Order: sequence, then C-alpha cells, then structure tokens
Amino acid sequence: MSDFHIVYTLFASSARLQRKRAYLTIAAIAWGTVAILMLLAFGEGLRRQLEKNRRSTGENLAIIWPSETSKPYKGLPAGRAIRPRVADVDFIRERLPELAAVHGEIQTWRPAVYGRTTKNLRVIGANWSYGESRKHYPQAGGRFFNAEDEQQRRRVIFLGDEIAKDLFHDEEPVGKTLLVNNSPYLVIGVMQHKTQMGMYGGPDSNHAVIPITTFRAQFGREQLNELVIEVKDPASMKSELRKLNELLGPKFGYDPTDDRAMPTWDFVKGAEMNKKILLGIQLFLGIVGALTLIIGGVGVANIMYAVVKERTREIGVKMALGAKRRWIIIPFVAEGMLYTLIGGALGIIIATLIVAACSFIPVESNKVLAFLGRPTLSPMIGVATSAILGIIGLLAGYFPARRAASVDPAATLRYE
Amino acid sequence: MNIIEMRNIRKTYDTGKVKVEALKGVDLEIKKGQMVAIVGPSGSGKSTLMNLLGCLDTPTDGHYQLGGENVAGVTRDQLAEIRNRRVGFVFQNFNLLPHISSLENVELPMLFGGMPVRERRERATELLTRVGLGERTEHKPTELSGGQMQRVAIARALAMEPDIILADEPTGNLDTSSGSDIMSIFTDLWKQGRTLVIITHDPALASRASRVVEIRDGVVVRDHNN
Repeated sequence: MSDFHIVYTLFASSARLQRKRAYLTIAAIAWGTVAILMLLAFGEGLRRQLEKNRRSTGENLAIIWPSETSKPYKGLPAGRAIRPRVADVDFIRERLPELAAVHGEIQTWRPAVYGRTTKNLRVIGANWSYGESRKHYPQAGGRFFNAEDEQQRRRVIFLGDEIAKDLFHDEEPVGKTLLVNNSPYLVIGVMQHKTQMGMYGGPDSNHAVIPITTFRAQFGREQLNELVIEVKDPASMKSELRKLNELLGPKFGYDPTDDRAMPTWDFVKGAEMNKKILLGIQLFLGIVGALTLIIGGVGVANIMYAVVKERTREIGVKMALGAKRRWIIIPFVAEGMLYTLIGGALGIIIATLIVAACSFIPVESNKVLAFLGRPTLSPMIGVATSAILGIIGLLAGYFPARRAASVDPAATLRYE
Repeated sequence: MNIIEMRNIRKTYDTGKVKVEALKGVDLEIKKGQMVAIVGPSGSGKSTLMNLLGCLDTPTDGHYQLGGENVAGVTRDQLAEIRNRRVGFVFQNFNLLPHISSLENVELPMLFGGMPVRERRERATELLTRVGLGERTEHKPTELSGGQMQRVAIARALAMEPDIILADEPTGNLDTSSGSDIMSIFTDLWKQGRTLVIITHDPALASRASRVVEIRDGVVVRDHNN
C-alpha cells in the first residue's frame, strides 16, 4: 500500500472547483502561456530574420576603406592618403593565401540609359569572385561575370534587382544592352532579391557590378575605394586583419597600428554584437511574457488559497482520521499543477495555431515584415515555457497546500 | 487494563496577552470496556479534554498514555498515526465529507491506515450494514438524514477497530427519535466490549453510561458509576 496510492485516491476523490472558477483559472494560465509563447516566438522570428538579413551582405567579411594616416610613420607625417591600386589585390592574395578571398572595389556614378529611361547608376568594378562573397546571387536565366569576362575586359554588367526594375520596368533585362556612360554593356544577370541589414555606399539592389578590368579600361581609374577580404574561420578575423595591416603598412607607409589609415568594418565583430543585442531582446521579451504568466500563476495560487479555506473542514476531518501532512499537501499541489498544466497545454495549442497562421503572411514582399520576420516557435522556447509553467504550477499549489497542512484539526471539527 | 491514563494534565492556551488555563491538572483513568460520559457546563474544559483524549492536541503539561502508548513529544505525523489506529471519532456535526459516498467516507480511515482497496471496501460495506445502512452505501451524506449521517460516522469510527470511540455531543444535532437510535447503537457497542467516551450535555445519554465524569473549571469535580 504505497503513499502514491493513498495520494492518488485522495486526489481522485477530492472535491473539484466550481466549473466557472476552474475555467477562469485555466483561462488565465492559457492567456499567460499564449503571451509568453507569442513574445518568444516573435523574438525568435526577429532573430532568424535579422540573422538572415545580416548574412545577406556576406559572411566572414571585412570591408576596408583606405583612408588617411593619423600617426607619423618612419619620418612620414600624419595625414597622408593611402591609395592601394587594382594590382595590389593580387599582391595581398599572394602574401596572405590563407584568406578565403580578397577583392578590390572601385565605384563611380554614371548615367545609364535603356530606351527612354535614364538613371544615375552606381557602378562597381570588382573581381569575378565578388559575386559569391557578397552574395550577388543571380536570378534564374542570368549569371554573375566570370574569370574570363574579367580577363577579357568584357563589357558585361550585373544589375541589382531594384535598379533593373527601374531601368527595364517589366522587360527581361538579361540579354539586353544597357548604355553606361554612353558605352554599351550586355546585361548578364539580375540579383535575387534580398533584405540587407548592413550596407555601405547603398543597397546592393541599387547598384550594378562590372569586371574591375573593364572598369579600369572604361573609366581610367586604378585606385580602390574598398578592399573586401573574406576569412575561412570567423575566429581568425582579428589576426588576419592585423596581418593585413602589417603587410600593407610598410608597403604604403603607415603604422600598422594606425586604425585611421585603414578604417575597417569587421562583419564578424558586428555579428557578435548583433547576437548579443538579439539575445537581450529575446530575454526582455521572455521576461515580459513570464511576468504575464506569473500573473496567471498568482491567479491559480489565489484560487487554491480560497479552496484551502473552503475545505478547511474537509482537511480537518482527514487529519482527525489520521491523514499525514504529505497526504494533505500533495493532492493540493497536484490540483494546482493540474490547472496550470491544462491552461498551459491550451495556451501552447493556441499559440501554435497563431504561429501556424502567421506562416501564411508573405514576408518577402512586405517592407516591415522583411525586417521583423514572422513569429517562429523553436524547441528551446517549448522547453523554457514548459519549465516556467511547471515551476509556477508547483509554487501556485505548494504555498496554499502548506497552509492546508497547517490546519488545526481540533479547531475545525467542533462547530459549524 | 487502563486504555486511558491521564496524570495531572494541564492545558494552557496562550493567545499572546492572555493565558487561559483550560485544564488545571486532570487525572483520569478509563478501563477497557467502560462507557464513560464526560459532562459539564460550557467553558468547563470538556472540549479541551476531548481534543487531548483524541490526540488532536497535546497537553501543555502532564502525562498521557493511550493504549499503553505515550502521547508526548511525538511528531504531527506520528500523532496522526495514533489517531488513525487508536481513536474513532463521532462528532456532533457528523463531519462527513459531502462530495463522496457513505462507503468512501467509511473507507477513509482505512485508506490512511494502509489497507488494500478490496479489503477496505468489504469492511466498509459490512460496517454500514451493521449500522443499518447496507442499502445506502452509494448515497452521499447530503442525501441522508441526520440520524443516518451519524450512523455513517459511527461506522467510520469503527473502521480501524480503535481502542476508544470518542463521541462529542453525538446526539446534539438530532431529533429525539434518531437521538435515541444512536444512543442504542452506543449501548450495543458497549455491550460488545468496546470502550466509549461520550462528551455530552444530554442527561438522557449520560444516564446510559456506566460512569459519569463531571468537569468544571478545568478540574474533575465528580466521578461516579451509574
């Protein structure tokens, strides 16, 4: 004859809440559960969307803008301009072979004409592997330029999806000829749409990319506006950047520790920062949700306290007949848990339905949602919510049950 | 053999500012098979004595043995176990659980006593039959009359074969005819050799007891056999 049997029998035969009270209590918990789940789901959706958007500019990259020195170096004064040229890209590639990629970028604004449409176009000259590093993925039917295009200085152009639309409207741009600065270029690809979190110069969807060799031949410019490097392992970014400066410092005459000479945007560092901010947002949302759920828990505790008061005589009788403390406590805790878990299960079902319904909202075509993402539930959220529910249920049952167990049977039994 | 042995029992209620001495040194011995009525005006300390006898409370001072077992310095759970095995309670207001059947009410002490399901069901049915409620095992207390409820309570009190049956004004809430029914049941139980302690105002009930203990102002003032 186990304790479990006794507790179970007592629990099964104990009085139940009035229906209305039970419903309200369960509804409060369900509401709290929906709140915490929706907030966490929203946070998770935001995190995933921002993560995706952040990656859309490229991963494990660093953008370097050659600038002016701020420290004197080997007798040279501060304030000297650093001017790497197209050929220096090969030099870096040769000396730092562990880098996944090195690209030079030159930019200019030129008028672009197609038919009756003229737009001022931001033209980027870059290496052929730039498309992969900077995630300029072509839409079906097009391509980014390749090594041969670069080598042959072909007049081919890859367009951002928005500028392509502005220039060609509803026409298919690939295969058409676009006049850039009065020279004809063959449009070979249009970028797939992407939502960018970080950008420099402007969104990728609004510029056009041509081979850097073509750029030099057409516009007569050698000097790089940006250097883009890609590392294989994000953890190595810091040391690679230091090595790069140690390589370029003596070559261009700047102190490698002079961070004003080559201002750098380190994507890896940015990603870490992002991760922390998003974790903060998720924690905040989770706490707000948990607080809402706790209010539901307080409701359960409140009801259970009322129940203890109502059942004082019942408890007194059981004690007089020989019930031990735990046989009084455990069924009460179980009852509190029961309401919490039913409410929690209900909340989880509702929240899952809402999240499922949200998946029908088109995110890509909506400017706001493209940044916010759609609410997403993850196993982690399920575990966290269940744990919080369990703890709340336990506490909501335990404290009232303790009061129940402190009932003095002698005082409760004699009078009406 | 003494079922109950109380020596110089004192009980003081400390309500912070005021100390109320409810019992001021009670000596009481009850032998197996006696039917004892404890009488006295209200405020005399009857209820306090009943709580102590039934192990619902512990004395402030003094020595109390119930069935040879010392009831002092035990934990709450141990006290619960003593109540379960040694005391059968019958209350003025019945104190049955309203939402479960008579049968389940009678089973309750056996559940706490650790008796297996089938055995306690059988025994509860038998006990209810013995008090004349064999037909009403599935009725809830609210569906029974006062006299019937008290009979369920008596069946419950007998469930664990306790050393004493402790009845607190058992006829107080009953009409005369059901009251005398209950009194007859008590007399029968006494004749079967059980030990009964009945706390009562009712002279008719007191007169059926073999021994009457009168208590006043927290002390026993009269103790005589009928």
